[in-house]
Amino acid sequence: MNPQKIRNVVGNYIFILPAALLFFTFSLYPFAKVFQLSITNWDGISPEMNYVGLANFKDLLFDNPVFWLSMRNAFFVTLLALVVQNLLALFLALICDREIKGGNVYRVIFYLPPVLSGIVVGLIWNWIYDGSYGLLNHFLTFIGLGDLARAWLSDSKTALISVAVIHMWKGFGWGFVILLAGLQSIPRELYEAARVDGANAWVVFRSITAPLMIPVFILVSILTILGTMQIFDIIIATTGGGPGYHTEVPITRIVSTMIGNSKFGYACAMGVVFGLILLAISMVQIRVSKMMRQV
Amino acid sequence: MSIAPSGEVNYEKVKRTTVSVFSHAFLVIVSLSCLFPLWWAFASSLKTQETVFNDLSLFPKVPHWENYYFAWVKADFSQYFLNSLLYTVTVVIGVLLVASMAAYAFSRLEFPGRNFFFVILISTMMIPIPGSFIALYVLLNKLHLVDTRLGYILPQINGGLALGIFLLKTFFDDLPGELEDSARIDGCGRFRVYWHIALPLARPALAVLAIFNILAVWNEYLLAMLVLSNKELMPLQRGLMVFQGAHITQYPLLMAGIVITVLPVLVIYLMLQKHIIKGITAGAVKG
Amino acid sequence: MSDREEAFDTLAKRYTEETGVPVKFELYAPSEAYAQRVKASAQTNTLPDVFGVLGEKRDFASFINSGYVSELTPDLVANEPGKTTGTWESVLFEKALNVNRFTEGNEYNVKPGVYGIPLDVMTIQMVYNKSLYEKAGLDPNVPPATWEEFMEHGRILKTKGIPGFVSGFGEIWMIDAFASNFAMNLMGQDKVFDTYRGKVAYTDPDWVRVLSLFKEMTENGLFVDGTVTMVNKTAEQTFANGRAAYAFNGSWCINVYKGMNPGLNYGAMLPPKVASTNPMLIWGGAGSSFVVNAKSTRREAAVKFLRWLTDAPQQSYLAEQTVNLPSNKNSLKQIPPVLAQFADDMENTTHPNVYPVHESPVVSEAFDKGIQSILIGEKTPEAVAAEVQKAKEKESRK
Repeated sequence: MNPQKIRNVVGNYIFILPAALLFFTFSLYPFAKVFQLSITNWDGISPEMNYVGLANFKDLLFDNPVFWLSMRNAFFVTLLALVVQNLLALFLALICDREIKGGNVYRVIFYLPPVLSGIVVGLIWNWIYDGSYGLLNHFLTFIGLGDLARAWLSDSKTALISVAVIHMWKGFGWGFVILLAGLQSIPRELYEAARVDGANAWVVFRSITAPLMIPVFILVSILTILGTMQIFDIIIATTGGGPGYHTEVPITRIVSTMIGNSKFGYACAMGVVFGLILLAISMVQIRVSKMMRQV
Repeated sequence: MSIAPSGEVNYEKVKRTTVSVFSHAFLVIVSLSCLFPLWWAFASSLKTQETVFNDLSLFPKVPHWENYYFAWVKADFSQYFLNSLLYTVTVVIGVLLVASMAAYAFSRLEFPGRNFFFVILISTMMIPIPGSFIALYVLLNKLHLVDTRLGYILPQINGGLALGIFLLKTFFDDLPGELEDSARIDGCGRFRVYWHIALPLARPALAVLAIFNILAVWNEYLLAMLVLSNKELMPLQRGLMVFQGAHITQYPLLMAGIVITVLPVLVIYLMLQKHIIKGITAGAVKG
Repeated sequence: MSDREEAFDTLAKRYTEETGVPVKFELYAPSEAYAQRVKASAQTNTLPDVFGVLGEKRDFASFINSGYVSELTPDLVANEPGKTTGTWESVLFEKALNVNRFTEGNEYNVKPGVYGIPLDVMTIQMVYNKSLYEKAGLDPNVPPATWEEFMEHGRILKTKGIPGFVSGFGEIWMIDAFASNFAMNLMGQDKVFDTYRGKVAYTDPDWVRVLSLFKEMTENGLFVDGTVTMVNKTAEQTFANGRAAYAFNGSWCINVYKGMNPGLNYGAMLPPKVASTNPMLIWGGAGSSFVVNAKSTRREAAVKFLRWLTDAPQQSYLAEQTVNLPSNKNSLKQIPPVLAQFADDMENTTHPNVYPVHESPVVSEAFDKGIQSILIGEKTPEAVAAEVQKAKEKESRK
C-alpha cells in the first residue's frame, strides 16, 4: 500500500475515532463485566465471587419456566405495539403530513406522553383503571356498558392488555416523530405528479409513500421491538408483575433476581440471554430490510 | 382539476369533507388523551396535599400558585436547572457530532472492518443490561471521574451513540450522492463534504436525534444518583426527589416541579419540529 | 429518606453548634436507587462514614462479612461516663436493636453482635376506619379480635355497601408479612421456622389453612377491588379518603394519612386471631437503621454522632417532625395518641431479621404469588401449597 492510500484509510478511521473511544470505554467494559459476572454466583455485595461455569445458563434455559413466561408476556405486548401503536402513529403522521389546521399544535400534543414523567403516567392510569372509582369504569357505565366494568389491572384476563395499552399510549409519540420526519423528506413533487395523473390516496400511498418509507418503517419496527420488550417502569408503577405472573416481563424478572434474590450473577446471565434474543430479532429485521431495498 | 358535471364535483367535495371531519375528530380524541395527564398534573399542582385526590375539579376554586414558588425554592431548582441545561446542551451536541461523523464514515467511507464495527456498535443498543450501572460506576471510579461533570456527560454521549449512528447511517445511505460527488470533484476534502453538504441535508434526522437525546438527558436521574454526590452538580430530576420520600410524597409540590421540568422540553421540541418541516426537499437534489 | 431532609438538616446544624463537628446528610430517593448507590459505593470503597443498608438480613450479612460494616457491640455495652441513663444499649428498644443483631450460631456465619443503630421504630399491622364502623352500626371502639368476628364485621360492612380491606398487595412483601402473621398465630413460630428448615412441608394442613384464609376473605367480598395488584401508595390513598374500612400498613402511614386527610378517624388493631393457642405476632422493629463504615477513618466521631442522634431530645424532635416511633424508650411520652396505639402493639412484634432461619426468596415469591392467584380465584389453596412445596424441594436440592 502506498503512503497516500494509508493516509486515506487513517483519515477515514478518524471519523469513527471519537465514537470508538467512547464505546470502548463506556460500553465495552461494562458489557464485558456483565458477561464475566454471568458465569459467577456473585450476590452483588461481597468482594469475592465464584465461577460456576454455565450453571446459570443451564438453569435459565431448562429450569426457569417463569422467565420464559415473562418472555411470552413481553412478546404479546410487543406484537400489539408493532401493529396497533405503529398503525396509529402512521395514521397520525399521514394526517399531519399534509398542511392541516393547527398541525404544529398537534405535533406538540402527541409528543406529551413520552415527555411526561413516569410518576404522572402511573398515577393517571392507576386512576383510569381503578376498580371502584376508575374513569374507565365510569365511562363504561355512562355509555351503558357497565357490565364490562372491573378492576382492569387485577383481572388475569385484562391485566396484561391494560398494561400494553398504557405502553402504546406512551410510545406512539416516538413513532409519530420518526414517521413524520420520514414523510416530510419525501419530495412533494412526486405527490403533485401523482395527483395530476389522477391517482387516489390509496394508490399514492402504495406506490410512492410506502416504498420510500421502508427504511423508516424498519427502523421504527426495530425500535418498537427493542423498546417494548424492555418494558418495566409501567409495570412496576401499576401491577408489580401480578396478579401472579400475569404481567411479569423479562426486565422485572431480572431486577427481582438481582435485587430481591441477590443473585447478581444469575441476573447477568438472564440479561445476556435476553439480549442475544433481541439481537437475533433485530438482525433478522435488518436482513429483511436489505432484501426489500433491493427489490 | 378537470371540469365535470356538477353532480360529480359535489360527490368529491362531500367525500373530502367527511374524511376531513373524521380525521379532525380522530385527532382531537387522541389529543385529549394526551393532554389529560398534563392537565391533571397542572391542576393538582394548584391543590393541596389534602385535596389533591379528593377534589376532582378540572381547576381548583382556590388555586395555590404559591406551590410553584415553594417547589422552585425547596427543590433548589435554580441550580439544578442550570446544570440540566449544561448537561443537555453538551450531551446533545456531543451525540450529534460524534454520531454523524461515525455514521458518515460507515455510510460513505471505505475502511477495513467497516461492517464489523458497525454491527458491534449497534448491537450494544440491543442488549439491555440492567446490571451495567454498577460496572460503570467502578469504571468511572478508576478513571477518577466520579462526582465530576465529565463523568456524568461522557457516558450519556456514549449512550446516545448506538441509536444515533444507526439512524444517521440509514439516512445517509438513502441520500443521493450527486451533491457530494460534485463537491469532491471540485476538490473538497472528506471533512468539508461531510460538514458542508451531508450534515445540512441530514437536518431532519439530526432534529429527531436531538429530540430523543434532549428528553433522555433532561429526564435522567439514575446515573446522576450513582455518579454525583455534590449538590452543585446535580440535574433537575434530583430536585424532584426532594418531594418523594420513601413513604411521604408531597403531591402538589411534586406536580408543580414536574410541570416546571416539562415546559422547557416542549418549547424546544416545538422549535426543533420546524427544522423537521423545513427539512430536505427535492430542491436540494435538483439544486 | 428524602422526605426528612429538613429535619435532618436542622439536626446536623444543631450537632455542629453543640460539638463543632460538621455533619453532612446525603439523602436519596427512591429507596431502590439508594440501595444501588450503596452497593456501587461498596464496590469502590467510597462508602460514607455512616450509611443505611436496605434489604434483607442476607444482604446485611453479606455487607458485614465483606468488611464494610463496623461492629458496634462494644460501644453499646460500654459504661458511659457522665450519663445517668445507663449504657447506650439500655435506652434503645430491644426489639429495634435485635433487628440489627446477629445471634450465636446464625445461618450467615456472622460474628455475633450488633451492627446497626435503629433511628426509629415501626410496626406493620392493621388499621380500621372508626367513622365507617359507626356508619355500619358497629362499635367503633371494638375492632374484630378473632377471625370469625372479622368475617362477621366484613359481612355487615358489605351489606351497607362499605368497601372492606385494602393493602398494597401489588408489592408482594406485604402479602408475605400478612400471611406470616396468621401463620405464626395458627401454628406457632417454631413450626414456621421448621418449615423454612425444610422439616415441615407446605402441604401441611396448617399451611393450607393459612392460604385458605385468603380464599375466605375473597369469597366474603372483603377486598377492595383491585387490591391484589395495588401499589401501597394507592392503598394508602384509598384508606385515607375513607374508601376502605380496613388497611394493612406500616406505622409510617400515620404521617401519610395525616397529610392526605387530617380528619380521618381511625384506630390501630392487630390482625384478628385465627387460633388462641399461639400469640398473634406482627412485624415490628427498627424502621430505619444506620451502620458505621468499617473502613472509615472517623469511626469514633461517627459512633459519637449516632449516640447523639438516638438521645432523647433528638429522638423526640424526630418523632414530632416525622411522626415515626422513636427508638429511644424515654422519648415515648411525647408522641401523638394514634402513634401511641402502634407503640402499645410493640409487645407483639417479631421481624424476619430476628428469625433464626429464613426462607429462600424463590420460595417466598412462589408463596406470595400463589396467594395472588388465590385472590383472583385462579388457583385453590391446595394447589398453591403443592406448588410452593415443589419450589421448596427444588431449591433445597441446589
